[in-house]
Amino acid sequence: MRILVGVKRVVDYAVKVRVRADKKSVVTENVQHSMNPFDEIALEEAVKLKEAKHAKEVVAISIGPAKSQEVLRTALAKGADKAIHIEIDAKSAEQVEPLHVARTIAKIAKDEKFDAVFVGKQAIDDDANQTGQLVAGFLDWPQAMFASKIEHENGYLKVTREIDGGLDTVKVKLPAVVSADLRLNEPRYATLPNIMKAKKKPLEKKTPKDLGIDFTPQTEILEVCFLYLYMHLLPSFFFLPSG
Amino acid sequence: MLASKTPFLRYLSITGARFNSTLVIAEHDDTKLSGVTLNAITAASKLGHDISVLVAGANSGKVAEEVSKVANVKRVLVAQDEKLKAQLPERVTATVMAAQNQFKFSHIVAGASSFGRGIIPRLAAKLDVAPLSDVTAIHSDDTFSRPTYAGNAVAKVKSKASVKLMTVRGTAFEQAATEGGSAATEKSPIGEINTEISEFLGSELAKSDRPDLQTAKIVVSGGRALKSAENFKLLYDLADKLGAGVGASRAAVDAGYVPNDMQVGQTGKIVAPELYIAIGISGAIQHIAGMKDSKVIVAINKDKDCPIFQIADYSVEADLFKAIPEFTAALK
Repeated sequence: MRILVGVKRVVDYAVKVRVRADKKSVVTENVQHSMNPFDEIALEEAVKLKEAKHAKEVVAISIGPAKSQEVLRTALAKGADKAIHIEIDAKSAEQVEPLHVARTIAKIAKDEKFDAVFVGKQAIDDDANQTGQLVAGFLDWPQAMFASKIEHENGYLKVTREIDGGLDTVKVKLPAVVSADLRLNEPRYATLPNIMKAKKKPLEKKTPKDLGIDFTPQTEILEVCFLYLYMHLLPSFFFLPSG
Repeated sequence: MLASKTPFLRYLSITGARFNSTLVIAEHDDTKLSGVTLNAITAASKLGHDISVLVAGANSGKVAEEVSKVANVKRVLVAQDEKLKAQLPERVTATVMAAQNQFKFSHIVAGASSFGRGIIPRLAAKLDVAPLSDVTAIHSDDTFSRPTYAGNAVAKVKSKASVKLMTVRGTAFEQAATEGGSAATEKSPIGEINTEISEFLGSELAKSDRPDLQTAKIVVSGGRALKSAENFKLLYDLADKLGAGVGASRAAVDAGYVPNDMQVGQTGKIVAPELYIAIGISGAIQHIAGMKDSKVIVAINKDKDCPIFQIADYSVEADLFKAIPEFTAALK
């Protein structure tokens, strides 16, 4: 089994986001970024399947500006064999939707004959929870979303899923798409020797144009409004007119 | 002649009522309609178009009858087939596509539950459109609000998709009345279902006599500070007194004190009860994302600097192991 793992570079989960002056998005400049926590879990599961000899190769893919290569290097340090970077400029990157990411992942999974696509269940920035399902839809592959346990048996994956009232189990035929929930595993840390080794692993660069994929946005952001959660706590003199 | 026609034509072009219609995908377990579908029907009614509801299942007759009485529903489409048992997303998507090919809906809506989240994006790929997740407000039939960054930012977006697909957050819309409607019921095609690619093996649902977390009027939640699964009994006792649902923070779930379907937060359940009592929960952004829309928030915590006190309407700085039994006793 060859597994393609989607990884996204997002604002670190511990950062309190601020809205940009143009009110169209949040401030991302000079803010700590890291790999989306759910993608770390998806990657860890793929690497574990490889270590248990269920998978032959694990390839990480990320779509975004040049800095996305940081998360791909992290993925390589954590055990991916190869990385694919679909590069787009920073401005267009802000308008990328799960639809475009899914089109890209589906194209590569099909062209390069992957047996499974693993993704996180949602990115903690757009909170969309869509990419895995969209990939499965484009490829007409079965989907097992919100996985908390994955077992590989000849040609199938048996997946326990976290659903509203508890758990359910589905059996999906490979090739299939799986999205990882938080309790699937505990991701490992990349060790320094592995970080050094990762620098020598292959990182392939492509553009949406190379793949012939349309990145035209279908959703226009009119305004982003920040919820001042803690505002009512500010001392009231803060709001009094001076003098 | 022309004069008499003009207002009618203008009416059509303003509302577009003849050309737009909304499909709501019903969530159910073959015996009962899920509450979140009623919230989705209210959201759909804000789009201003005729509403059809699709009930797909192995035994959808009873649920279809229930749906036909729901206010604002114009038509119930019933797709009944053994293959639709457990409503696997691959199979339901094929059924919705068959209905879509026949009726050409302009909007397709489902509740933002694990069921709706599994189906809407898969369907979106089939229609090659960008879906919207977890919609919390409908401004017009193409403009919506949805939360991002764990609810810290709300994005107002305009969708240019040819068919608008969305999941809606249950707590953001009232439930539609379950009486007063009189929808026509008709059979719907089930589509081409491939049964070979996926199979439902079974489920393990947490059984509880307490009210469902997402619809409970009162929710009592515990965090890491409870220290053990046994200590959660303190919360259950209190919840039973109040007739409340019981929730938990991710820390309590990760520590194994409670099952994960009790988790409240960005990646767990979103609740908005009348009263939310947070016990031994520090109030990480990710937890607050799941409960900040509660009407009244009470926090009980030992640490006076914990962030939950910043959003709580009533804060109790106390040791929970002393405060909770006292609180429970006082309710007797």
